Order: sequence, then C-alpha cells, then structure tokens
Amino acid sequence: MNPPLVICSDVGKAWQTADTPVVALEGINLGIARREFVVFLGPSGCGKSTLLYLIAGLEQATSGTIESGGARVTGPGTDRGLIFQESSLFPWMTVGENVTFGLKLQGVAALERRQVAAGLLRKVGLGDVAHKRPDQLSGGMRQRAAMARALALRPEVLLLDEPFAALDVQTRSKMQQFLVEVWRDSGASMLFVTHHIDEAVALADRVVVFTARPGRIKSVVPIDLPRPRDPRSPAFHALSDHLTDLLRDEVDRAFAEQERVR
Amino acid sequence: MRALLLAAGSGPPRQAASVQPTRMAQAVTVAGWWLLSLGLFAGMWEVAWAFGWADPLLLPPPHVFLRNFADQAQFFVSSDVVGEESSAGALRSLAMTVVASSLRVVAGLLLGFVCSVTLGLLIRYFKLLGNLTLPTITLLAPISPIAWLPVAIFIFGIGNPPAIFMVFISLFFVMTLSTISQIDSVSRTYLNVGAIMGASRRQLFLHVIIPAILPSLFMVLRMNLFGAWMVVLVAEATGVGSGLGQIVMLARNTFNSSLSFFTMTLIGVTGFLFDIALRQIQRRVLFWVPPSAVGRL
Ligand SMILES: Nc1ncnc2c1ncn2[C@@H]1O[C@H](COP(=O)(O)OP(=O)(O)O)[C@@H](O)[C@H]1O
Ligand SMILES: [Mg+2]
Repeated sequence: MNPPLVICSDVGKAWQTADTPVVALEGINLGIARREFVVFLGPSGCGKSTLLYLIAGLEQATSGTIESGGARVTGPGTDRGLIFQESSLFPWMTVGENVTFGLKLQGVAALERRQVAAGLLRKVGLGDVAHKRPDQLSGGMRQRAAMARALALRPEVLLLDEPFAALDVQTRSKMQQFLVEVWRDSGASMLFVTHHIDEAVALADRVVVFTARPGRIKSVVPIDLPRPRDPRSPAFHALSDHLTDLLRDEVDRAFAEQERVR
Repeated sequence: MRALLLAAGSGPPRQAASVQPTRMAQAVTVAGWWLLSLGLFAGMWEVAWAFGWADPLLLPPPHVFLRNFADQAQFFVSSDVVGEESSAGALRSLAMTVVASSLRVVAGLLLGFVCSVTLGLLIRYFKLLGNLTLPTITLLAPISPIAWLPVAIFIFGIGNPPAIFMVFISLFFVMTLSTISQIDSVSRTYLNVGAIMGASRRQLFLHVIIPAILPSLFMVLRMNLFGAWMVVLVAEATGVGSGLGQIVMLARNTFNSSLSFFTMTLIGVTGFLFDIALRQIQRRVLFWVPPSAVGRL
C-alpha cells in the first residue's frame, strides 16, 4: 500500500494567550491517503480548525510533526489548498481575477489566466461570472468560486473549514453533491471540517471524531456506504446515530466547560 | 453668483440620480430639501435685516453681499497683488483666486496622501524603519498644523510652497499613523488566502494589503479635506501669497463685511464641490466599495 499523503505524528498545539496557554490539540496521530475523503467531526472549539491550519502551514504545531507528500510542513504550499468558512474572495478583484490569483502570483500571463479562469469556473458549475464582482454572487456561488481558486493550483489535498456552514439547507445539500464530483475529477484528497453529523455521513470515506478541548481523536469511523448516498436509507441513519452517540458526551463536556468559564 | 448657489443645490441629486437612475423622485426630494434648507437660512437672515435686527454694515444679508458681483470681484486680482483695482475680467480674476487656493489644497493633499501611505507601508514592511521613525511620528502627530506655520515660512518663504507644505503637514502624520493601524487590522482571512496561494511578502503587500486598506484611507483623506481648507486659508491669510485666505484678510483689514461673506460663500461652495469630486473619485477608483459606504462619512 502507498504511504499516506498527509501524516500527523503526535501533533499538539497550545495557543499562547495573555494568561495561560490554551491547549487546543493533543497527541493527534493520523494518516490521510491519496484521494481519500476524510471528515473532521467534533464539538465547536475542539480544535478542528486549528488542525486544518497546522496542516495548511498557516500555524506551527507546538509538538509533533506534520508531513505532506513526504516533506515536512513548515509553511503554506501550493500542494495544499484551503477553503474558509466565510467568503474569502477579495472584493477588489473580479471573480475571474480571484480564481486565478494564485497563477498571477506565479507570473502566468493575463491572457492565459483568463482562459484558465473560464475553464475553472465551468468546472465548478459557474457560468459566465468571471467579470462579476464577488458581492454580486450568492453565498453558494462564492464558495464555488473559492473552490475554483483553490483548484487552480492543482493541490494534492484540499482543506475545507466548514465551507457550507453559512449556506441554507437546500444549497448546502446541492453543494455537498457537487463537492463529491469535484473530488472525483480533481483526484485530490479532501479534508473537510464540520460539526454536522449528516454532512459527515454524506461525504466521508472516514469520519474522525474529536473529543472536546483539548482535542484528541476519540474514534475513527469508516463510512462504507455506496455513493450517491441516500440520507433516508437505514444504513445512513445507523451511522448517523452511531456518530451522535460518540459525540454526545463530548458536546456535554464542551458545554459544561463553557458554563464554567462563564 | 446665484447660478453658483443653484449649482450647489442641484449637486447631490445629480449624484443620487447616477447611482440609481430609476429613483428620479428621490432625487427631486433631495433637491427640494436642499433648496428649502438654504432658503430658510437665507430667509431668516433677510427677515432679520428687513426688521432692522441685523446691522446691514456688519451682517449684510445675502441679497446685499451677492448683489454687486463686479463690485466684489474687483478685489480678486489676477496679478497676485491684493488690493489693486482690476480693470477687466472680474470673473476671470475671481476664478483664478479660487483656482489658486484649490490647487494648493490639491497639491498638498496629493503629496500628503502619497508620502504618508508610502511611509506607512514602508514602516510595516521594514521593521527597523518602524522602530526608528514611529516614536518621533507619534510625538509629532498631535502638534496642530497651525503651529507649523512659522516653520513653513522659515523653510519655504513666500508663495505656493509654504501653503502646500501646510496642507501636506496637516495630513501627513495622521495619515501615516492611520495607514499603519489599517495595515494591522487587515482581515486575517485575506492574509491567510494570500499565504495559501503562495504570495511572497512583497506580493502580499502589493496584492492584498494595499487594496485592503485603500478604502478606509480614502475615508481618512475625505475627513481631512475640510481641515486642509482651513489650513490653506490660514497660510494664505498670513502673507504666504494670494488666494481666498488673502481676500478674507483683506476684508478684515478694510472692514468690508460684504466681501467677507461673499468670500465665505465661495469657500463653502468650493469645499462642497471638492467633497463631491472626492466621492466621485472614490466611487471610480474604489469600485468594490458599495455606494452606501461611500456616502457615509
Ligand atoms: N489564534 C488563536 N489564538 C488563541 N486561541 C485560539 C486561536 N485560534 C483558536 N484558538 C482556541 O483554540 C481552541 C480551538 O479552536 P478551533 O480550532 O477554532 O476550534 P473548532 O474549529 O473545532 O471550533 C478554541 O478554544 C479557541 O478559542
Ligand atoms: Mg472552526
């Protein structure tokens, strides 16, 4: 078997705050295979985003190591794309310019960039919007454009931090189906953060369940359902109930801690 | 002069009309309120005059100080020597006086904006430069621009340069500090996107930080516009050269209250047109800022 694409070995992260350090993550050991779809599931504040940022190279782990494509992660790299929860398109650029921003940084000529933008936008199901401003798009379209922007650099792994959290339920389920298509034809691995159990079951090959802070891996649940998945099937329900049970204690603990802090 | 006032009154509606061409009714309403507001103000003044409450020598009402255009305009001479009777081209002389003051404001603001934003960016780009200059800048910033007037005259003598310098200095420190604080508050997400897409430090400044801070900096520039007008008038009045400030001083020295109010009207209208012009520039250069945010001051 091939070695995993992303390897976290004993990763820990403590945020330095004014008074005491906040331990966000502890002893994370995890491998993500090529073309695998992994979902991070856990109560809010358990360190899911933190782990994603560590893998992206935007933050440094305080212990342990992270490898991507066989090389140690010390900073951001174009082999890892990141998609944020909120709209992260630059308002001062058109949608097309946003999508090819990474290529512009690499010195790709304007004409070629325009052609690439058109192709990428088509790939994410956006029609003729290259010349529009981001604020002229709906929330779902903006996230598609953000996806196109990440895909432009042909990443080996796409990191997604609750990308559909701000969308309404119908748009969200459309976007999930669509993300699976993008995943299939880009050939990239997906690392997807959510606190929605159904979203995890709908998308994942494997769901990594986190404990409340400090975040540790509580359990890893393989989702062996054929795609496309029917959220009303008994098997879907069984898995979603299982994850709910796993999460319940953690949500209670996270809640209790928030109360104590207050 | 009446035409000038009318033009001022119809300024904002025209702008509103270009933002939302379908909202004609709204534009008319705005124009109506403008006329009503100005009419009320002038009307009260006229009434005070008619009943003899306002001394016509000290507080001549609008119809008096706006009446004899040629009488007033004779003081606006193109030769830069105030007080000399101008024989012909009164309108031309008046326009040249207004233009002279305006150009000083524009030159000072432009220089101030470019220099301070550049310095602010350099300070955040090169840590050492920041350490070397920030304490001094922080100390110089609260000094009132008026206190710089002697310095302006020591260094630049008489003429355009000291007036321009005064406008420049009134903007420079505020704008430098503002640039720095804007850089520090650029959205974490934008910076992260830049880093993820592989931007170098230089590219991050060029493609992310500069466009991200420009809208608020333009707002700061607009808020300093009236300050710049104040400073340029003081500089002109204190013998720096020609311009509207010089006329104000002349009116004071010759006890010409009509001329004084006439000049005040000119200054008001010019400052107002400047703000409109800046808004238009803002709308075109900073096309991504929604119009509602542009209108807010
Ligand atoms: N930049 C930061 N500085 C300090 N503490 C942080 C920072 N980012 C996150 N944290 C803390 O780390 C913990 C985990 O946060 P996060 O990774 O955002 O959780 P999640 O994404 O699972 O909701 C939280 O307690 C949060 O307050
Ligand atoms: Mg999060």
